[in-house]
Amino acid sequence: MTQVSMTVNGKPVSGEVEGRTLLVQFLREGLGLTGTHVGCDTSQCGACVVHVDGKPVKSCTVFAQDVAGSSVKTIEGMANADGSLGTLQQAFQDHHGLQCGFCTPGMVMSSAALLADNPNPTEAEVRHHLEGNICRCTGYHNIVKAVLTASGQPVAAE
Amino acid sequence: MPKDYGIGASSKRREDVRFLTGRGVYTDDMALHGQTYAVFVRSTVAHGRIRSVGTEAASKMPGVLAIFTGEDFKDVGGNPAGWLINSRDGTPMHEPKRPVLAHGKVRHVGDAYAAVIAETYQQAKDAAQQISDDTDIEELPAIVDMRAALADSSNRVHDEIPDNQCYDWGWIEDNRAAVDAAFKSAPHVTTLELVNNRLVPNAMEPRASIGEYFPGTGDYKLTTTSQNPHLTRLLVAAFVLGIPENKLTVVAPDVGGGFGSKIYHYGEEALVLAAAKKLARPVRWTAERSESFLSDAHGRDHVTKIELACDKEGNFLAFRTETMANVGAYLSNFATVTPTFLHGTLMAGPYKVPHVYVNVKTVFTNTAPVDAYRGAGRPEATYSLERVIDKMCRELGLDPFEVRRKNFLTTDMFPYTTPVGLVYDTGNYHATLDKAMEMADVAGFAKRRADSAARGKLRGMGLSTWIEACGIAPSNLVGILGARVGLYDAATVRVNATGNISVMVGAHSHGQGHETVFAQIAAEKLGIPESSVEIVHGDTSKIPFGMGSYGSRSLAVCGVAMTKAIDKIVAKGKKIAAHMLEAAEGDITFEDGKFSVAGTDKAKTFGEIAFSAYVPHNYPLETLEPGLEETAFYDPANFTYPAGAYICEVEVDEGTGKVDVVAFHCADDFGNVMNPMIVEGQVHGGVGQGIGQALLESTTYDENGQLLTGSYMDYAMPRAGDVPFYNVDYSCQTACTHNVLGVKGCGEAGAIGSPPAVVNAVLDALHSGGHKIAHIDMPVSPGRVWQAING
Ligand code: FES
Ligand code: FES
Repeated sequence: MTQVSMTVNGKPVSGEVEGRTLLVQFLREGLGLTGTHVGCDTSQCGACVVHVDGKPVKSCTVFAQDVAGSSVKTIEGMANADGSLGTLQQAFQDHHGLQCGFCTPGMVMSSAALLADNPNPTEAEVRHHLEGNICRCTGYHNIVKAVLTASGQPVAAE
Repeated sequence: MPKDYGIGASSKRREDVRFLTGRGVYTDDMALHGQTYAVFVRSTVAHGRIRSVGTEAASKMPGVLAIFTGEDFKDVGGNPAGWLINSRDGTPMHEPKRPVLAHGKVRHVGDAYAAVIAETYQQAKDAAQQISDDTDIEELPAIVDMRAALADSSNRVHDEIPDNQCYDWGWIEDNRAAVDAAFKSAPHVTTLELVNNRLVPNAMEPRASIGEYFPGTGDYKLTTTSQNPHLTRLLVAAFVLGIPENKLTVVAPDVGGGFGSKIYHYGEEALVLAAAKKLARPVRWTAERSESFLSDAHGRDHVTKIELACDKEGNFLAFRTETMANVGAYLSNFATVTPTFLHGTLMAGPYKVPHVYVNVKTVFTNTAPVDAYRGAGRPEATYSLERVIDKMCRELGLDPFEVRRKNFLTTDMFPYTTPVGLVYDTGNYHATLDKAMEMADVAGFAKRRADSAARGKLRGMGLSTWIEACGIAPSNLVGILGARVGLYDAATVRVNATGNISVMVGAHSHGQGHETVFAQIAAEKLGIPESSVEIVHGDTSKIPFGMGSYGSRSLAVCGVAMTKAIDKIVAKGKKIAAHMLEAAEGDITFEDGKFSVAGTDKAKTFGEIAFSAYVPHNYPLETLEPGLEETAFYDPANFTYPAGAYICEVEVDEGTGKVDVVAFHCADDFGNVMNPMIVEGQVHGGVGQGIGQALLESTTYDENGQLLTGSYMDYAMPRAGDVPFYNVDYSCQTACTHNVLGVKGCGEAGAIGSPPAVVNAVLDALHSGGHKIAHIDMPVSPGRVWQAING
């Protein structure tokens, strides 16, 4: 067991981890931040995406000890300071971009990273960026609409 | 102006806020004091005789608390099949026991034969590996192919079932001779042999269960990823573990999708309960995705020959279907009804065809159990019909739009009894086809095809006109057909003293948005704000009863139960108002949240009535009970029959065989629509899954019964880049005639209607390029298309 410290959603945290403890396990079981989900065991589904030092990362695929000292942001840290939904979260609600909600944290984190890099993506760029996030419920239509809306562009199609 | 409140409004979903902020509570999110971890030991061979299960070394490993094997459950009940289907000769189906843990034999890769409980997940995992290493299983030849399974009596999935056949079902057997005669004399017969590919449902939340036992009271609690907690309670309590039903609570909290796979009771649920009792500690289990692939109930998997008899103008004379349906190694709860009554009864489609006959042989194989997956039987029926119709059109040089049109039932024909035993109450198939053609700009297709050609692509357009039977189901009818349960639903409306209400519903939401839509309906009926209504679901200790959500039944059955309970609340409210306003009960009217004495300005608000019900000073107690809470059960009089027309356009790259869906248009008739935003979302999701089936998803077992597509690296799930924006319309509305909401159900539509539209479009594209290809099986992968083009 080793002691790790990092910043999660702006707060310093620390805990004991094994060498094999994944970041997602540390977040969910160590810190009780269960908004980050696990949907697969092959690094394919993206339900576990968080930001590490501003970059989207599949938290099922990095060891907790490897991000020691980093700044991690999870879905729990995405709302506005007053607790209201952030722009992208609000766009997901407005456009019905979620059904069961299981893929949603990963979708939001992944899309947020896209918009940070590329504030005005095309529809094709959004779809391409989300290749690593699987949703079984929405057929992606409303997710893509939500991301395009949040980017401040008019939505390309109904 | 679109409505902004109540029925018909696109109210935003209240559940979204918790999901968007990471505060949903799914089963695996719960942490319990003293919890322990279960890991299952699963067969690595498809078929084998268990010589010994090696528990000795594992039992001494660190943290191991208990080990269970098939031996521990051999005297408890099996997980039963929900429907008894009889063969054509009247003999009942074969129904092998499905044990909690495999005993004697393992029958598919992933069949669990032992479970370890340990202090930590890693300890349980390590011990499970040890058991696997120390276990001796004699491998037997795997039975994978259905035809071979039926032909070879020497190799059996279940030793007591000689030809691996569950049943040989005919529908309707008495009509067979007339159907055969119609084929004999028909001017034209088109035959098509096809495969409806096996799919893995892949709800994004893997299955998970937590068992708890409370020694002080002898109560059990199961928290589980279920679409219908009451059915799970019944099966675990009464059939498998023999727990009194009133000693078991089943909770299905936030559930991350189901699509059928979470309807059923699975052995893991019984195991965590039995283990929790033994250890008097909570026992939790969450499937890894690899386990989901191996052990969740799969869907579809039909091998079908369909024949269509018609005259030279394309008027349908008869349909005849022969299907082999794979049920896998054991009968999952709805496995026997899916290929029969959910498939055969739909084989008339929306058409006026006089003669229809369906034969289904259901086969055991050494593969994961197969059961209902979004649409369940109805996609298989629609796919066969819509594909063979297009093939006939090509053979006779007829226009596929016109052929559907001339064979459609017309609005003056309802109620209409089909030759396969359903009574369609209402519909307007011409309207949805007209709408779809307008949306798709069919007239402009030639120009789009030319544009595609200029970019080196073959463009094709494909049509599918679909119908389904949902709102499952009238108990008296399904009882005659072999169902072992009723399929009503229930709701309790509790008006609290302060005037807000809690509605406990038997339907379960795992993405459908019930918390929002049911509240819209209740709010409108009672004339109170939506925010005053709270919907409670998924907990057998809170809700009266329920049969859960599947078969597009939530609104059409449970929504109607809630409406009936609300009617009772209003009736009781009138009694209270009559007392308070010193008027006759018959003079009280209820409108916009107010009880009034007709023709006067004397009135009481809903809130005043509620308060008085709980502060009943001066009540005439002999005639008026305090309190305001009502329950209603509703059993539908008939199925509901949504229908629609789907038009797909694809571009095919002749060089690579890659197919791109470039446009998808849906014109559906769902009857009345409660929340348009949610209805559209349901169609999007269904079409996304249908495109997945048509182009991407293949569940492949090799000849040894090893699943070759057991992860997201091998099983091609549709991703954002594989699908277009969908063009969805639901304006053609013929209200269901036998439920008060006039609703039909929209959850399965997309998955039913879309696969044939996609494949028909691909074939249309190929023909336009001079490739005279009659058929390609799904998934229509680049490899298959390329092969078809290049021989
Ligand atoms: S859990 Fe699926 S990618 Fe991380
Ligand atoms: S909303 Fe259910 S998986 Fe995306």
